[in-house]
Amino acid sequence: MIRKQVTRQALDAWVDGLIAAGRVVGAQKKGGRYAFDDLRRAADLCLDYDVTILPPKKYFLPPKEDILRFSDGRYESVSDAAPFTLLGVHPYDMAAIAQMDKLFAQDNRDEHYLARREQATVVVCDIERMSPNIFAASVGTATAADGCDALITRVGRAYVIESHTAKGERLLAGLAGAPDADAVTLARREQLWEDNARLMSRRELRVEPRRLPRLLEDAYDHPVWEEKASQCFACGSCNLVCPTCYCFDVQDDVEWDPSRGVRRRVWDGCMLTDFATVAGKHNFRKNRADRYRHRYYRKGKYVPEKIGDFSCVGCGRCVSACVARIADPVEVYNRIAEVQ
Amino acid sequence: MCGGAGKPEAKDIYRPEPATLARSEGLTAHERWFEVKLDSGRPLGHMPGQFVEISVPGIGEAPISVSSAPGRNGAFELVVRNVGNVTRALHGLPAGARIGVRGPFGTSFPVDGAMRGRDVLFICGGIGLVPVRSAIQYVLDHRPDYGAVTILFGTRSPSDRLFTDETAKWAGTRGVTYMETVDRGDAGWTGKVGVITTLMPDLKIDPARTVAVVCGPPIMYKFVIIELHKMKVADENIFVSLERNMKCGVGKCGHCQINGLYVCRKGPVFRYADVNDVREAV
Repeated sequence: MIRKQVTRQALDAWVDGLIAAGRVVGAQKKGGRYAFDDLRRAADLCLDYDVTILPPKKYFLPPKEDILRFSDGRYESVSDAAPFTLLGVHPYDMAAIAQMDKLFAQDNRDEHYLARREQATVVVCDIERMSPNIFAASVGTATAADGCDALITRVGRAYVIESHTAKGERLLAGLAGAPDADAVTLARREQLWEDNARLMSRRELRVEPRRLPRLLEDAYDHPVWEEKASQCFACGSCNLVCPTCYCFDVQDDVEWDPSRGVRRRVWDGCMLTDFATVAGKHNFRKNRADRYRHRYYRKGKYVPEKIGDFSCVGCGRCVSACVARIADPVEVYNRIAEVQ
Repeated sequence: MCGGAGKPEAKDIYRPEPATLARSEGLTAHERWFEVKLDSGRPLGHMPGQFVEISVPGIGEAPISVSSAPGRNGAFELVVRNVGNVTRALHGLPAGARIGVRGPFGTSFPVDGAMRGRDVLFICGGIGLVPVRSAIQYVLDHRPDYGAVTILFGTRSPSDRLFTDETAKWAGTRGVTYMETVDRGDAGWTGKVGVITTLMPDLKIDPARTVAVVCGPPIMYKFVIIELHKMKVADENIFVSLERNMKCGVGKCGHCQINGLYVCRKGPVFRYADVNDVREAV
């Protein structure tokens, strides 16, 4: 493990070096908010953002992605996966990526997702500023999560940059001349992690996530589903901004010659009216309350039963994105826990 | 993969293999029968009850049950109701047209498991006969391995009945009881009228020896299961094939979930005892 300590100036010089060497994506200002986008210069990189509009999921499962090309009845796989560095991912988003890694590799390997993932070097940064709706500490994702290649932590005026994988070590090669992190700074970093965990539990889930699968078993007819869903516009915004939502639709698009074209994967959302509709128009999840419950069961029970992780990472994006103000997982799961 | 970082194509779970519509024939006003051959010449390798994803280039992909028993001349049969984009396009394709096939996917009727050595009761509503036909053919191809065979088939009207030549043959086969009914008769109809459950009280079956296979429209299951319970058939001995939107077929896209179950992987055939407490199931 390489563990360097640098000034912001040295960090920027390193990032500019990475940009010169290849594609770098990082968190940046966008209007009054933040978004991941291609970095043109280190000065645009925000490491003190609160939360990005969309999670970095879009680099591994793009909103639209060509997966096949067809001509004359033959299908060929396509992928534009290429090496890139993803800079400044918050720990909760890293936890979400680690979950998707499991889901797309499990049972049937999804080579489209995995090719993009293999090509990425992911650098996490510890959270400097909290978004108002975050509850990451409640779900164990407030500080550096497993799976990242390198970790950046701001400690006072210094930045500690640490490699976690061989990919991360290669990335840190440009910092060879920088001093190793000193003991005092590393001790302060430990303290910062503790502080972050405390601060990000202000909005508190009053139930341990590992107990949720069992609690939800008895909550199928809980009034909260109908109550919340009666306000739901079925707009799918909560799906759209969620770092762990990965349901998708597949569509064909033809060229002027209809025997040639592409098959495309696009994001879909289980809150949308026709998500469970089959040909012939029978909708197996017609009621909003059924769709609403399904989403919380997926996060709290179904996905955990598949991969062992609570599938809400506590980013709070759904809380902010929901115009009806009904999408707060803290509120929903605490209600469920109350009755028990 | 072409055009990017090299991934071997054979591993892409979304890539259909090329196939040809060998023959097709209209069965009813809405359903058409197709015989499909994989260009590779390999047999599909399915078991009764499984489904395939059929691609019509430029239109899309849809999950379709295989309607024939395995091992019949290397080709396989589908029956497609014209209800969506892909199925409408399929209906318009001539013999010899190129299509894509992925699969087979999902679970199958337990023809080599729970059904073996037992009396078998098939209960099919409408195009529910399509996947079940594969199991019926399999059972009749291996007749000594099974006890008494009973087939119930219900449709909305006489003109919605499928495979009338084949069902007539079943009706005339020794050791097979075949009964059919329609929701509404017409001028020429002399058979039974009523929903499929009206056929059940007259059945003489030994519940301890019987395995029931049920497939039909969503509304049908709970009523058929009530009747099966009255006949003392245990949930362990009831197998249901459940329709959902199996978009990807490989347990990723999320569309086919029944609560936590991905129908494309854990189904479409379920032992009823395994889903009788799953709220979204029937």
